[in-house]
Amino acid sequence: MSSLADRRAWLLSEVPASRAQATWGRRYRLWLQFRRNPLALVGLVIIVLLIATALLAPLLAGADPAAQDLAHRLARPSAAHWLGTDELGRDVYSRLLYGGRVTLGMVVAVVVLVAPFGLAVGCIAGYAGGWADAVLMRVTDIFLAFPRLILALAFVAALKPGVTSAVAAIALTAWPPYARLARAETMGLRGADFIAATRLAGARPGRIVLRHIAPLCLPSLVVRVTLDMSSIILTVAGLGFLGMGAQPPSPEWGTMIATARRFILEQWWVPMMPGVAIFLASLAFNLLGDGLRDVLDPKGDR
Amino acid sequence: MRHLFGTLASVPITLFGLVLITFLIGRVVPIDPVLAVVGDRAPQDVVERTRREMGLDRPLPEQFLRYTGQLVRGDLGRSVMTTNPVTTDIARFFPATLELATVALLVATLVGVPLGVWAATRPGSAVDQAIRVVCLSGHSIPVFVLALVSLLVFYATLGWAPGPGRQDVLYQDMVPPVTGILLIDAALAGDWDSLWDAARHLVLPALVLGAFNMAYIARMTRAFMLDALSGEYITTARAKGLSAARVVWRHAFGNILVRLVTVVALSYAGLLEGAVLTESVFSWPGLGQYLTGSLLNADMNAVLGATLVVGLSYVALNLFADLMYRLLDPRVR
Repeated sequence: MSSLADRRAWLLSEVPASRAQATWGRRYRLWLQFRRNPLALVGLVIIVLLIATALLAPLLAGADPAAQDLAHRLARPSAAHWLGTDELGRDVYSRLLYGGRVTLGMVVAVVVLVAPFGLAVGCIAGYAGGWADAVLMRVTDIFLAFPRLILALAFVAALKPGVTSAVAAIALTAWPPYARLARAETMGLRGADFIAATRLAGARPGRIVLRHIAPLCLPSLVVRVTLDMSSIILTVAGLGFLGMGAQPPSPEWGTMIATARRFILEQWWVPMMPGVAIFLASLAFNLLGDGLRDVLDPKGDR
Repeated sequence: MRHLFGTLASVPITLFGLVLITFLIGRVVPIDPVLAVVGDRAPQDVVERTRREMGLDRPLPEQFLRYTGQLVRGDLGRSVMTTNPVTTDIARFFPATLELATVALLVATLVGVPLGVWAATRPGSAVDQAIRVVCLSGHSIPVFVLALVSLLVFYATLGWAPGPGRQDVLYQDMVPPVTGILLIDAALAGDWDSLWDAARHLVLPALVLGAFNMAYIARMTRAFMLDALSGEYITTARAKGLSAARVVWRHAFGNILVRLVTVVALSYAGLLEGAVLTESVFSWPGLGQYLTGSLLNADMNAVLGATLVVGLSYVALNLFADLMYRLLDPRVR
């Protein structure tokens, strides 16, 4: 056991001997601080579980999510079907697991597209200033002038309902807040002495932005992304619910509710199960985001 | 003052962007708008003639100018689905959304603000934690799931609320439409039964739609209040021996009012988005229903018209929030 204690001492050392020790020590301290927030831990656990069940869906699902059994349609939850069956007799539990791949996959795709783009736009606008800043921020404002879901709906309608267009549409509407955030952070850093020193050392603007400014914008960006995940999940599910996201028979959670909503008054568990899944995922990201904000971005209390 | 000028100057640019985006969305539609009119069996020369008549053979910038010109004259084209001009349709559907959103905002504010103040006066207490959990849940639950649950519980199980729709069939078309807002129209006509019926139908959707914003308003109120209550003037007021209620409501709350107005105005804009989903579940005949109906029929004129109107309302509300802030806060003025 002494090795564990040693490792802890190494991590918490006040005089780190190497760069790696300092980095990991800082991360460990953040984790210790984060661990004190029980709600955030709950959020983290739910997220890890959801991602794990989505990844391991083929192993965990008892049935083929597409296998129909019309003799046992709309069955109540039972030992054979843990969460019951839907209108075609498909196992709801299995569909939820596979649906997690679609819904969470779409959310991840949106974030992967949007966060780097917003970061780049914000850093460039903030560092360059002048007319480049003015133009980029006007474009950002224009996109912010539409409610996200409505603009996404119009985009999807123009393209063609489906997973790809839904992701593209949400990505197109989701980047402006990140650009705003990165710009504000960059403006604050631009005049700092260490940036001036780097510039005097001959670094080109591209290098300054990429190596010195963008990394410092990351913590607040991570917090913002985590808090935003919930709204992206709700938008993905909302598009699915309106028939503009993933198309049936895809077990996307919003789409599942859309096809089962007419059973709400009789076989209410059929549309409710995916609803609970969406709620859990969205709540978990909100909890985690709150906890991360306290640790990573203590000054911005919003 | 200079900043105010900047805000106002940015409005035309934003509007231009709104129109440009809707125009471009309309042009990338894979469905050829000509074929949508003449059908795909039409002979080639008919297709070409219609294309010329619709001005679709002109260069894009020229088409854009024409489109903008039509918009300025209030012409959003014709809806394929209803065969009415889109402007007429929107004028008919928008009041229902306005009514729903306004009542939802009232509920959200009247519940959210006291909750936030209450939580802020006892930070860290059980009450604060409970309110925090309620707010987080309100923020996390999809509005269409909440709508379905509320129908199941309050309509199907308890029978407290009427089913989906804006009116009972009995009261359909009973009051002459003046404003299109049923509550006002019924009151104007002195038809109290219709008023009661409209109000009953409004309660559930408004509560559902308002839940998200209630959570948001409560959270912001709490943050503002905590900030205000930590001020030195609060300590002074307490030291003078003023009652707790007076300190909280007059000294602290009075000071956050300006920021709160901004938050409420901004969440009004957000309600338009939730309205699309809420209206879908409650069969509420508003702009959201109109939008989703046209989406499913690929009725692009109607989709773009509705999108544009929502965008315009959004810009107007944001501007209103900004102006209110400047007007009310002596430091900015």
